[in-house]
Amino acid sequence: MQVNLKIWRQSGPDSPGAFHNYEVPNASPDMSFLELMDVLNEDLQTKGEEPIAFDHDCREGICGSCAMMINGRAHGPETGTTTCQLHMRKFADGAHITVEPWRAGAFPVIRDLCVDRSAFDRIIESGGYITAPTGTAPDANLILVPKEVADSAMDAAACIGCGACVAACPNSAAQLFTAAKLSHLNLLPQGQPERYKRTVSMVNEMERWFGSCTNHGECSAACPKEISLDFIAMMNRDYVKAQFKQRRFASQT
Amino acid sequence: MTKTHQEISTANQKEGADAAESLAHYTGAPVPPPARTDGPWLIVFWRSDIAKKWLMALSGLALIGFVIAHMIGNLKLFIGKADINEYAEWLRTLGHPVLPDQVVLWIMRVGLLAAVVVHISAAASLTITNRKARPVRYQSRRDYAAANFASRTMRWTGIIVLLFIIYHLLDLTWGVGNSSWRSGEVYDNIITSFQRWPVAIFYIIANMALAFHIFHGFSSMFASLGWSNPRLSVLRKNGAIGIAAIILIGNVSMPLLVVTGVYP
Repeated sequence: MQVNLKIWRQSGPDSPGAFHNYEVPNASPDMSFLELMDVLNEDLQTKGEEPIAFDHDCREGICGSCAMMINGRAHGPETGTTTCQLHMRKFADGAHITVEPWRAGAFPVIRDLCVDRSAFDRIIESGGYITAPTGTAPDANLILVPKEVADSAMDAAACIGCGACVAACPNSAAQLFTAAKLSHLNLLPQGQPERYKRTVSMVNEMERWFGSCTNHGECSAACPKEISLDFIAMMNRDYVKAQFKQRRFASQT
Repeated sequence: MTKTHQEISTANQKEGADAAESLAHYTGAPVPPPARTDGPWLIVFWRSDIAKKWLMALSGLALIGFVIAHMIGNLKLFIGKADINEYAEWLRTLGHPVLPDQVVLWIMRVGLLAAVVVHISAAASLTITNRKARPVRYQSRRDYAAANFASRTMRWTGIIVLLFIIYHLLDLTWGVGNSSWRSGEVYDNIITSFQRWPVAIFYIIANMALAFHIFHGFSSMFASLGWSNPRLSVLRKNGAIGIAAIILIGNVSMPLLVVTGVYP
């Protein structure tokens, strides 16, 4: 199959960028989108042109590295899919595909399609951990967790930190990311000691960098892990609760 | 004219060197100042976007309550002149004989004004934050998957409703621009106002904007207040459509039936 690509090229963080048109005449419908980029880059290198820089790592949908705005959607038109798991059979022969980097003030473009997502690391650093004794692993099932709660915590923990929520959000908000990272700890007994402190710290850090939520639902629709908006509601509740809570009595539910 | 292999290669080498230079100087995204935690508790609370959304949801809920009560009261227009005038007089004497006349009315007015001020200042502040969060916009067309017309036009429907409230107060509370307006003659004032078609059209458009605003606002409120219980999702979905539809039909019926001459 043949595809026409319009890709954002930008040689450095401060350079002006522009769209460039490329044609891939010999794409296979079984290729992933990243493999299409590989084929294009090989072709560019053969011609002596600079290949297109893009982030990628595991290529099996679990690392969160690949980040591209494809035809105006984060990770392309498919739901619950990362760019590396998006296959060319989802596009028509002769399709025109526009590829742009994530756009957010906190995610500056480093080069071409690569953006700096370290603002997410700042959020995690501010509270995305629990206090646990190091040493031998504790016996299993010492702390009982209801099955439904464990499942919800796991659903939140599925976040791969790709930044699609920020990219898709009309406000560049990182609420879904922060809510997922908070919820997977705040739901479990092990996360309770720092629950309110963590919520306030991580939300404050998030609000330094990102926009605010207007409940469009774009984030959840773009999320390759289909993380629920309910986690955002939980974060909002915990944040406001933390403001009113007497922390000395925080163990009282 | 096509470039030779050599020309492309040289150009790329230069571009590559420039990029390497600018990457070498890259030190990360511009770091915003940390959240300020000094000052009185309420001010610190207000600085948070999540707290602003929470206050916006609460003030929005109060305003929805007002809009519904206001609509129910005004629909007495269709019962008759005596009924709506009596209702208006009841509002002025509410709390009688415990409190002097108009005291309860003024408490409600101050409460409403406070809700409007909180709602609008939170919205304005969050809009600025959100604009700043994406200094470079998408250069290609966005394809929205979940955002709907109501959610994407909140800013504009909100502004239309604000302008409408100002005009509505001028028109029916202070009698500006309506030569036949007389204090206390609520029925006559409404009828003479709505018989002017530009006024009726403005009322209809503003109430359509209000219905869209409430449609998104009502469902959004659940998330902002942190109500995610699945048992509430029925209320959330049906409540948003139901309340928006009731307000649309109730409020539009008055100017529409008067301007078309169906009523009185």
